[in-house]
Amino acid sequence: MSIAPEKTENPFAEPPLILDNPKFGEITEKIVSIVERKTPRVWVLALLLAMSLAAILLGSIGYLVWEGIGVWGLNNPVGWGYAIVNFVFWVGIGHAGTLISAILYLLRQHWRTSINRFAEAMTLFAVICALIFPGIHVGRIWLAYFMFPLPNQMAMWPNFRSPLLWDVFAVSTYFAASLMFWYTGLIPDLASMRDRAKTKIRKIVLGILSVGWRGGNRQWKHYELAYLILAGVSTPLVLSVHSVVSTAFAISIVPGWHTTIFPPYFVAGAIFSGFAMVMTLSIIARKIFGLENYITVNHLEKMNKIMLLTGMMVGYAYSIEFFVAWYSGNIYEIFTFINRATGPYAWAYWTMVSCNVIVPQLFWVKKLRRSVPVMFAASILINVGMWFERFVIVVTSLSRDFLPAAWDYYTPTIWDILTFVGSFGLFFTLFLLFVRFVPIIAIAEVKGVMPQADPHYYKHDSKSPDGGEQ
Amino acid sequence: MSRLYEKTEVALAEFPNPAALIKAAEELRDAGYKNFDCHSPFPIHGMDEAMGLKRSPIGWIAGLLAILGCSGALLLQWWTMAVDYPLIIAGKPYFAFQAYVPVTFALGVISAALASLFGMMILNRLPRYHHPLFHSDNFAKFSNDGFFISVESSDSKYERSKTKSFLQTLGGNNLEVLTDDGKKE
Repeated sequence: MSIAPEKTENPFAEPPLILDNPKFGEITEKIVSIVERKTPRVWVLALLLAMSLAAILLGSIGYLVWEGIGVWGLNNPVGWGYAIVNFVFWVGIGHAGTLISAILYLLRQHWRTSINRFAEAMTLFAVICALIFPGIHVGRIWLAYFMFPLPNQMAMWPNFRSPLLWDVFAVSTYFAASLMFWYTGLIPDLASMRDRAKTKIRKIVLGILSVGWRGGNRQWKHYELAYLILAGVSTPLVLSVHSVVSTAFAISIVPGWHTTIFPPYFVAGAIFSGFAMVMTLSIIARKIFGLENYITVNHLEKMNKIMLLTGMMVGYAYSIEFFVAWYSGNIYEIFTFINRATGPYAWAYWTMVSCNVIVPQLFWVKKLRRSVPVMFAASILINVGMWFERFVIVVTSLSRDFLPAAWDYYTPTIWDILTFVGSFGLFFTLFLLFVRFVPIIAIAEVKGVMPQADPHYYKHDSKSPDGGEQ
Repeated sequence: MSRLYEKTEVALAEFPNPAALIKAAEELRDAGYKNFDCHSPFPIHGMDEAMGLKRSPIGWIAGLLAILGCSGALLLQWWTMAVDYPLIIAGKPYFAFQAYVPVTFALGVISAALASLFGMMILNRLPRYHHPLFHSDNFAKFSNDGFFISVESSDSKYERSKTKSFLQTLGGNNLEVLTDDGKKE
């Protein structure tokens, strides 16, 4: 997209991606100085808080391993409680990061360059949080390696026909591919930090991590294609990972789970919840680090539009589930959905509907879509709503399935709740370490979308460093 | 001191902006230079043609590895599920490919991703922590806002004084000659 001055008269021209038109050097200075400045006291306090929560996670896991799965509130019909709810919640959050970094890259949406770095970091940390839950849910976690096809003394193999094993492969592939994508994007920025480093330790550490990057076009040539392919292979992951997660439900015969709408419904929900989390984090980050010119209200508005769209898709899925339950004539299916809306978990169901379907409707109004306080509140409500969506799916279906004699009400114990709260501690610990040590905006990519990065920007006097404006 | 490799020498010149860099690259290409490189903080569009470079082969490498990854995954699942320890599960055939698609896909993706990252590293000869260019203090600007051209002595047209003055006529500033041991001039 060209945003050279003469073209701003075009009524269809987009506003500039980066405001105030900084020079290349100013972009580096602005973003790298965030990690170079003296450790702010607020950061230390925030990290201590996050680490204490993470310690709660470790403690609850320790207690779980010591005592066994009985410390959780699981009962006989409800064998999947908080752990699976949290797993689906965290994996879903990761999806927005991949959508921003991969799909928007392939679609040449240049506005993504301001948000892709920390959206990808969010993906990695969310997937780490997600992987913990099925890992500890197996109970005897010292046998977790049974999930992998490793030759063993029993000469047995995992069941590759099981959606649970597909999950193992889908989510671990997702994590590894996201990590490689993120690191590839980081190499030129780590080189920027290396070339500014003052202390010996920084020089050595950043020197090693930036692998001796010299920014030559012979390197950029391979780099750009590798980045494009990583974006290309991550793109189907946005759709496939949560589809596979949903098959863990859909392939069972439990009423409320056994539906073909699950894969697209889960993917839309994942993108919806992930954008809400990106929104929450980016509003905090741009405020704290003064990045309003880099993550502009235009960026936030675009994300709100995606949330409006995916929120409508989720709302459509909620209603079509009811329709299909009625249309199927299956009494168990019909009962499950009436039970969701009016039964003992109706409070969870209506929390979900209000947060996920009603709240995003605010974004039809341009003024609200561009109001930072409104979108901050909305993003948090959507996160809450999406957690409840998974709770409704997992718990209501299991607690009242076919035989009324087998019904039971599920209540989490304190250990369920502490493990969940603690996972936020781990997430924020990792995120705080990230904002302290890594450039939170992709510097090289932002420079590449500036108007002065285009060789055609310099027409008359190519010798002057700022270039003759056209 | 004996060396395992040939000593390289690099002539380095700075240019003011992407347009000047691309113009100088075209001139070097037309003058018959092959082993030169244009350093910039971000990739510049049109630079591959200006330098006369071919397309990167990473696409082929990643594609090949993706096919190998998928085949390996399918083979693993067929052998474990249908040959080594066949079990009847839900009365399904031992090898119905539909059930094996997700894992096959996942391993194909991860192979392509590994191939892209490590293929990029290998083709770029990275990691490489020692290079004549790192002896230049001015060159550190390349990752910030500097645009540079370096010509390596392995180029058949390279002659220190001639190359230097050619870079100068193209509009290059801050000319330097660097070797593996440090700055030369």
